[in-house]
Order: sequence, then structure tokens, then C-alpha cells
Amino acid sequence: MNAPAEFALPKVNVEEKLFQDRYRVDVGKPHIKVRDAGVCASCAAKPCTVCCPAGCWSIDEDGGIDLMVDGCLECGTCRLVCDEGNVDWNYPRGGFGILFKFG
Amino acid sequence: MEKFDVIVVGAGPSGNAAAYTLARAGLSVLQLERGESPGTKNVQGAILYADALEKIIPDFRDSAPLERHVAEQRMWLLDENQSCTGATYRDARFSQEPHNRYTIIRARFDRWFSGKVKDAGALVICETTVTELLRDPAGKVIGVRTERAQGDILADCVILADGANALLGERAGLRPRVKAEDMALAVKEVIFLPRETIESRFNIADTQGVVIEIAGNITHGMVGTGFLYTNRDSLAIGIGCMLADMKRQSLTPCQLLEGLKRHPAVQPLIEGAEMKEYSAHLIPEGGYRALPQLYGEGWLVVGDSAGFVNAVHREGSNLAMTSGRFAAETLIGLRQAGKPFTAANLAAYKRRLDDSFVMADLKKYQGVPELLHDHPHILGTYPRFLGDAAREALTVDGEPKRDKQKRILGELTRKRSVLGLLGDAYRFWRAFR
Repeated sequence: MNAPAEFALPKVNVEEKLFQDRYRVDVGKPHIKVRDAGVCASCAAKPCTVCCPAGCWSIDEDGGIDLMVDGCLECGTCRLVCDEGNVDWNYPRGGFGILFKFG
Repeated sequence: MEKFDVIVVGAGPSGNAAAYTLARAGLSVLQLERGESPGTKNVQGAILYADALEKIIPDFRDSAPLERHVAEQRMWLLDENQSCTGATYRDARFSQEPHNRYTIIRARFDRWFSGKVKDAGALVICETTVTELLRDPAGKVIGVRTERAQGDILADCVILADGANALLGERAGLRPRVKAEDMALAVKEVIFLPRETIESRFNIADTQGVVIEIAGNITHGMVGTGFLYTNRDSLAIGIGCMLADMKRQSLTPCQLLEGLKRHPAVQPLIEGAEMKEYSAHLIPEGGYRALPQLYGEGWLVVGDSAGFVNAVHREGSNLAMTSGRFAAETLIGLRQAGKPFTAANLAAYKRRLDDSFVMADLKKYQGVPELLHDHPHILGTYPRFLGDAAREALTVDGEPKRDKQKRILGELTRKRSVLGLLGDAYRFWRAFR
């Protein structure tokens, strides 16, 4: 999977992309939760931090997981890539979350 | 508590096809959709296959929001060494009415389809998330629970059109959890350009459109593909890879998409376009071997929720609409015969699918997901070889053609032994015959 240097992919600022999207955030009611923060802290691979297309999952200062669901695109990827089954995943309340203009 | 003949969960192509067909036949139908309006949660490339919709709404062309008919299909193999090897199929007959395929914008299309569902007499309620299925002590599905106060609603049958994550079936124990091995994650941008610019860049006129399906090393060794579709005054560009591959590497979906956009074969086509939406969605690509149980006591599953995607031919919405129609027609037939919606009676739905292109095509390609999973080099080695071979053949440098040819073939057997080549050829034949 090693690409030649000229094809190395640039870092992309996903927030800039999400800025174009329309949301109705359900303030204080995240639809995705980590079941056990300790499990994330001891997970070496942390595939959620790579695979989430909205960059909702990041590694915090202590090596644990920081989850911010406001930009979530509701694809369901994080639930499926977590080998630990540590993602408590629900759809947002009706009418809340991402509102695709084009889809 | 209110009771309906049928509750349809979800207002995508499969749910709309089912709700429309049922309501037209006079059954009482409640359709529940979690989005603000139908389409606001849905993502697709998107190509609409006329045949599947024609069988539900024969005159759909008179009112559906269609972007462009597909006049030309390109298949590209992109190499990270900046090359593009491809095939183009353009056919004047594709531009004769009635057209066979169209590009659409799903948010607009789904809203239109939902309007038809309402006109047909179904009750459509949006902004309502179904959280679980209601079951009687014997396990029969008897309705749904929504998150609203007093949100339990009963029905003789529930059609699960709840999309790729298939949470409702899993939570009710009707099916196992979908697996990362069977799912592709696709990300997409809708980018805008003036209509004339699109038409000149893609060499199209009027309502003609171009579809470009893209494979090769843009997926960096992962099993996946990219696409670029022309809408009326926008382009849809995206890339998808199998989740099981994505989780084993370090490139984000965003980076993969950026790589595709910057490829020298793609970049001039999208130059100057204004991005107005970024989206992501899972695609069930496990094929025939990953299909769950499709019916049971008081329930049926349709569309993405059932895993009805033909990944080889990039078809899904047509399988979705067809399965939705079959589900509805099965229920209508049983109701007319005075038979209850038991598992034994609902097995007729599976038989309809078995006798149609839906199962025939899924069965035909059942070996493909495994082939690509077990031999991922297929998507890397051969595109790269094709590109290298074309460059050798097309670079005029005074070297005799015979020597060039020898070197090209030598390069191929260096990358893959003769036995390996024969093995791949056999595997290909087995998987695609």
C-alpha cells in the first residue's frame, strides 16, 4: 500500500467540508456514546479515529478517545469498525442530526 | 392504539416503492421516516435505473426530478503514477427516449417519490425514529416503538426499509449485526459548476450525462472504487472502500477523496467547482452470501437493510425498489386471498426475489467479494500493469517494438508469476462467469 512520494495524500481539514453541511444538533443529547472509556484508552488500533468520515473521533492528551458527535454524518462506520463493541450507537431523535440538501 | 395493515420503516427507494404499491392497492399504510423530510438522511451516487421505477410508476418521467440521462459511460483505471487507462462507451441509442438510466439528486428525488406515496393514500410521518420492533409473546412482530410519547403503533406487518445499518432487525434478534467485512464506506462531495462548463468539459449536450466509474490505485490497495457523475449543474464525486480494509490502514476517507480529486485525470474536470455538500454512507457489499433472513412472522426486509446491492455493476436502488414492490405485492396477494401475514405465507416474498434478477444477479457474483478480499492485489497489479504497458507502447523512442513487447510481458510475469496469472484468470472466470 506504499504510494510513491509524489502521490502522498495531503492532510485534509474535514471541518471545512462539514461546514458546508446542514445540521440540527440535539444539544446535550449525543446519539453516539462510548460504553467504557477505559476500553478505548487500552485499544491500540483506534480504527474509529481513522475511519470516521467526519473526524468525530480523536485521540485525547491522555491517549484516550475524545468523541464529538455534532458533525456526525450518521453512516454507522464507528459501530462496525470497533472490535470491542464499545460504541453505543443510535440514530438521532427524529428530525435532528444531519440534514442532507442533496444526498 | 391505532392499527395499520402495514407499517413501512424508512422513506428511501425501497420503503417508498413498498408504501406506494400498498397504498395504491387500498391497504392502510403508515410510513415512518426519521428525517426532517424524506431524503434528508439518504445518500447515493446517484444513478436511477428507469426499469425498476417504471414498473411502479410508469409515467415517472413526466414529474420526477431527473438530472441527466446517461449518454456515455467511462470506466477508468487510475494509477498513483498519475496515469489513466480507460474505456468509453457512448451510444446514440442511450440518448433516444425512453432513457434507461438517469443521474439524480437523492434529496430531491426522494421528496418527489414521497409525494407520490402520499397521493396514493399512505400516511407518511417524518421526524420520527423507530427505536424497536414490538413483538407478541410468541415472537411475532406486531408493530413498532417510536421515541415519541405514546409512540407504540401496531400493524399486521412491518416492512423494514431502515437502511444499511439494519439496526431494527439486529436489535430484535432477527438477524446478526452487519459486518465490517461486508460493508463499504463511501464518501462523496456535490460540487457545482455552470451548466455550460459541465457540458463542454464532458462533451455532452442538452440533457445528456456522463458516468465515470473508477478503479485502480486511488484506493491504495484497498478493495474499492470511485465515481464521478454529471448532474445538471453539479457533479457528484466520491470514493468507497471496504470497511475491513479501511480499519487496517491510516488514510482517512477524506484523504482518499482528496487524492481522487487531485488525480491529473480528474482534476481538470472539477477545476473551479464549488463544494456544497460532503456526505458519507455505508453500502452493503457482502452480496449473496451475506444476505440475512428476509422475512418472518409479521415482517419483511427490503433494500439496503436486506443487503440488496450488486456491487459489481454498481446497482442498488433498482434492487431496492424492486424488493419494495415485491414485498408490497406479496402482502397485497395474501390480503386478497384472506391469508394472514405468517412466516410461511410471507415466504412468497423470497420466492418472488428468487425468480427475479435480484437474486439471479446476487447469486451470479456471489464469489466476487471473497475473490477481492482474498486477492486484493488484483485491483492493484493489473491496473498498474495496464498503465505501464500503455506508456511503453505509446512512448516513441527508437526502440524496436518487439523488444518493447518483450519487456512489457517480462514486467507482468515479474509482478505476478505465470502460475499466479493463470490462477487469477481462473478466479476471475469463476467469479464473473
